[in-house]
Amino acid sequence: MNKQEFIAQLERNLVGLPKKEVQDRLGFYAEMIDDRIEEGRLEEDAVRDIGAVDEIVTQIIADIPLIKIMQDKMKRKRRMKAWEIVLLTLGFPIWFSLLAAVFAVGLSVYVAIWSVVVSLWAVDLAVAVGALAGLIPTIYYMSVGNWAGGVFLLGAALACAGLTIFLFYGCKITTKWIGILTKKAALGIKRKLVKKENV
Amino acid sequence: MDKQLKRGLLDVCVLAAIKDEDSYGYKIIKDVKPYIEMSESTLYTILKRLEISKMLTVWTAEHGGRLRKYYHITKLGLKRIEEFKMEWREVMSIYQFVSKGGGKYE
Repeated sequence: MNKQEFIAQLERNLVGLPKKEVQDRLGFYAEMIDDRIEEGRLEEDAVRDIGAVDEIVTQIIADIPLIKIMQDKMKRKRRMKAWEIVLLTLGFPIWFSLLAAVFAVGLSVYVAIWSVVVSLWAVDLAVAVGALAGLIPTIYYMSVGNWAGGVFLLGAALACAGLTIFLFYGCKITTKWIGILTKKAALGIKRKLVKKENV
Repeated sequence: MDKQLKRGLLDVCVLAAIKDEDSYGYKIIKDVKPYIEMSESTLYTILKRLEISKMLTVWTAEHGGRLRKYYHITKLGLKRIEEFKMEWREVMSIYQFVSKGGGKYE
């Protein structure tokens, strides 16, 4: 692939991103290739040094905050016509509530996912508290000579303690996985937004 | 290496590469390469970040019939390098403590 093809391919994959940002990046990569060629490298090799377009695109998309991509989407590319403004105003109750609903659904899915994590940790905390709470009556029963009751409660407290440690690792792994999945989902949404105008 | 740590190190490496004289993208990559791995995309992000936090400024000059961007370190950038040196003096003394096995031989 030569420099022109590389830059063109990169540009095609970044159409949905803010214009200025794209031009800035393309200029940067072009300069990097030119500098390598100037140093005596073959054009094809210089392009290969920069890396695969797909990887670069993925990293660029990951770097740009979702908010910024959204903001750019909201900007109008041309002035609205009069009938569009009328329609937009009249339709406000409909499109606004639809938009709000979509946003609310998205938010609630996100909250629901994280509430699973929170509840898992809450269970772990509850079991830990149970372990500690079991020790107090244990001491009481033993001090009044009720050995059977004391031993039973001690066993229960120890079981709780063991469960706490066991659950702790489960919670940690779940939290980590949900964190990774959330990041992946965000990247997926960004890619969709960027790719949309590609067609 | 830890991601967060590497990010901080890369920032300072790029600042160090433009400390004595203004430099351009490819030269920065070449200067830093023997010490830390850095891709073009990463460099772009770092340069943007340093520009936004006013640690460097950018100017464009013509070079061989095309434009090339040069990066110039600011006072803030120089200050960041000094801060880094101070921080790492501490880190190095901790490293010595850790690598000789803590306090048990004292």
